[in-house]
Amino acid sequence: MTQENTAAPEFDYGLFSYDSKEQMLDKSKEFWNPGKTQFWIDSGVPLVIDRREEYFIYDMSGKRLIDAHLNGGTYNLGHRNPEVVQAVTMAMQHFDIGNHHFPSLARTALAEALIKTAPSGLSKVIYGSGGGEAIDIALKTARHATQKRKIVSIIKAYHGHTGLAVGTGDDRFSKLFLSDRPEEFPHVPFNDLEAMEDALRGRDVAAVIMETIPATYGFPLPNPGYLEAVKALCEKYDALYIADEVQTGLMRTGELWGITKHGITPDILVTGKGISGGLYPIAAVLATEKAAGWLNEDGFGHISTFGGAELGCIAALKTLEICSREETRSMVHYIADYVGKRLAEVQATYPDWFVGIRQNGVILGLEFAHPQGAKYVMRHLYENGVWAIFSTLDPRVLQYKPGILLKPEVAEEMLDRTELAIGKAYAEIRNERRSA
Amino acid sequence: MSEMTFEPLMVEPAGVPRGRAMVERADWAARAYAKYDAATVNRIVDATASALAARAQEFARDAVTETGFGVVEHKVLKNIACSTGIVETYRGQDFVSPEIDEVNKIVAIPRPAGVVLALTPSTNPVATVSFKIILALMTRNAIIISPHPMAKKVCVAAAKAMAEAAVAAGAPDGIIQIVEDPSIPLINALMTDERTDVIVATGGSPVVRSAYRSGNPAIGVGPGNVPVLVDATADIQKTAARIIESKAFDNSILCTNESVVIAEEAVADKLLAAFAREGAYVLKDEERDAIRNTVFPEGHFNIKMVGKDAVWIAEQAGIKVPAKTRVLVAPFDLVVPEEPFAHEKLCPVLGFVRVPSADRGIDVARAILRITGAGHSAAIHSANPNLIMKFSAAVPVLRVSVNVGNSLGSSGIQTNLPPTMTIGTGFAGRSSVGENLQPKHLLNYTRLAYNADVREVMPSFAGLNPWVSPTGPVPAYPLASNDRANTPAPAPIHREPISQDVAELRDEIRKLIVEELHALIKN
Repeated sequence: MTQENTAAPEFDYGLFSYDSKEQMLDKSKEFWNPGKTQFWIDSGVPLVIDRREEYFIYDMSGKRLIDAHLNGGTYNLGHRNPEVVQAVTMAMQHFDIGNHHFPSLARTALAEALIKTAPSGLSKVIYGSGGGEAIDIALKTARHATQKRKIVSIIKAYHGHTGLAVGTGDDRFSKLFLSDRPEEFPHVPFNDLEAMEDALRGRDVAAVIMETIPATYGFPLPNPGYLEAVKALCEKYDALYIADEVQTGLMRTGELWGITKHGITPDILVTGKGISGGLYPIAAVLATEKAAGWLNEDGFGHISTFGGAELGCIAALKTLEICSREETRSMVHYIADYVGKRLAEVQATYPDWFVGIRQNGVILGLEFAHPQGAKYVMRHLYENGVWAIFSTLDPRVLQYKPGILLKPEVAEEMLDRTELAIGKAYAEIRNERRSA
Repeated sequence: MSEMTFEPLMVEPAGVPRGRAMVERADWAARAYAKYDAATVNRIVDATASALAARAQEFARDAVTETGFGVVEHKVLKNIACSTGIVETYRGQDFVSPEIDEVNKIVAIPRPAGVVLALTPSTNPVATVSFKIILALMTRNAIIISPHPMAKKVCVAAAKAMAEAAVAAGAPDGIIQIVEDPSIPLINALMTDERTDVIVATGGSPVVRSAYRSGNPAIGVGPGNVPVLVDATADIQKTAARIIESKAFDNSILCTNESVVIAEEAVADKLLAAFAREGAYVLKDEERDAIRNTVFPEGHFNIKMVGKDAVWIAEQAGIKVPAKTRVLVAPFDLVVPEEPFAHEKLCPVLGFVRVPSADRGIDVARAILRITGAGHSAAIHSANPNLIMKFSAAVPVLRVSVNVGNSLGSSGIQTNLPPTMTIGTGFAGRSSVGENLQPKHLLNYTRLAYNADVREVMPSFAGLNPWVSPTGPVPAYPLASNDRANTPAPAPIHREPISQDVAELRDEIRKLIVEELHALIKN
């Protein structure tokens, strides 16, 4: 057979290839995750991300989308940020994952950088390989420090799917795997200080864990003073305050850590997702000297082969440096201002449909007047070239998370597309209603 | 289709990515500032200029200390001229509001360049920084300064003081930025960045040429090498005083300082005697040769001489001159490229050539500019308008200072030319600008033009102004949306929804919500 007669696969990725997108989706169902694969097909978002750069992702079909979800902030700096790519590529000439048994060059350097930029009082860093593991570390750390077992979180909280973390979240993810433990993980309503005090009053709580703004719940904003009061209650009842800054850290609120806007120094702070630069998984727990006592008692108390992998540390160091720049902070303020104003204008056009904007910096939850409203908007956004996702635990609300390095012209384009999609979703719901 | 790309490992020098971040921030700032109204712009410009002028003395002293060039008191003068001085020059001129031409039915709306990248020299460090900042602010541009590395400390201090004052007066955050640690790769990255809207390059030829090569719009100016013709009709005493004062100014590091005096033979001796009375020292032949070897060893300019005073330079050549000597006059015969004194000198050494006639003097002036300095400036001291016209037409420069020192004459400080730190050298000097750099060079205009047909009447545009003044810091601090008690909600802008009947739709949606809620409760 001659070379000319052999059809090259259309989608050739070097180590693997696919003949078509359809073939890829079939194999995805066959070998990987049928439920998830089918879900997106049924949702009208048949996305298979292929090329990716800056804040753009491309479906296998070539369709370009502006990424306004960023995988919860993982792509805070854009996809394949050239500075992070360069840092990691360079590091690979010297480093690998490293050996968790020993003192490590890169882990130590990142730990120092994290502590120097963290709210004061935090002094030790413990690494995980992902956000869930880091949450587990935080909870174990709190239990050790207080010698208490209970962890209080809010109803509809989401802190990950690992052993302990899953207990802090919505039942949906724990009951499926018979992992709910309500006696150890009481859940209280968000923004309800009385309920919080009731939960803490018994002085048997190791820690309260709070996302500074609960992401998967659609970014309901803490009432002014709520987090501060929760922190005060923690102090009153000898519980630690764990700030889950996985989605609110790294300049997304216009300050490096969202919690500092509340003037709170948490006992423990957790970072993940974005700290990886979107290139090498890593997560970290920052703890005060008092909370982190187990590091002196038994330094091998938590072991993680990939936790704080040195290549991840390099990605994180560069990411932290970029996020900490004066220029970045300034840009986030501009982006937040612009996006907020444009959305307010869109809201004025559809006041009964687009009923709320929850915003802190470039963290936004857009509320729609339909129990599944954000799913409609998501699909129209997808059709019109923007990727943003509904909130799993409150599908009225669209998570809308622009990048922190977004260029003005891309921001404008994103808002043009968003305005159109919101209008089209509105029209669709109206038509459904009419034909029903 | 997927694309697998394996790019070679590119290692960017430190500082380059940070530079790009500055351009990106400037882009946001420029877009915000481009919407400001004239009154706010004036307030910002005044505050920024005053912040520099208030510290003119300190910055002048620090500039001389850091670079080793120039004269403190002269730099004070330039710092003031290039801050509050520039503001006063353009007081009353409006680079912001639309201009209406009712006769031609055209309205011109000023449109700023956007992000201005300014390269500034070591010789006039603070004055140039200030000058370019003020021009950028007047025209609603954002500016990034890349200072000469020899003067970076004082430039950073000056630019930061101005940036702080600008923002305090209401300018957008990041409207003035300065590179703290300039390097060639960083400057190249800034110059070639597609978000840089215009480069304004003042400095040596290599910097200016690379600005033009960058692919971005650029305003760069060529070097000077100023010939000065003194004819027999000149008032010799006044002429001598003006030339020596001008040559001595800031130890002759301006590109406008006189390079070679061309004297008509009839008055040459009288002029030299007058020079001596004004504090110049006329070198004897062997002294002149010693100075030539010191200032131009092996025929090349010794940069240690830049901006040093005359007594010190004489000392380096082993010549003792009176302590009050301000200028060393070096007579020589032939203006040719191999004669170092025919080149730009950047120190208070003044070439001196005798010519039998004024016409012959024009030829000599042209010879000087063949070596370097075309398009820049020349001076003439004469009472003869015919000669002045003939000289100005024949000599390839774009400004001729008449009966005034050239250093402050061509830069518009002692003439009515636009005061500037950047002398456009035009086509002859390989530049896109032939005038003294001024606000209008950082602006375009959008011209709305009506149908010329007389039956199509242009309505009145008087009082219509698309610009607004900000109501708080720009950008607003990102407070949580449920914590903006004192922040007024943005005025709703009326837009038509995608569907036609607004009221009907709202009614529909209300019903829908109620039903959905019922369904939800039931479940």
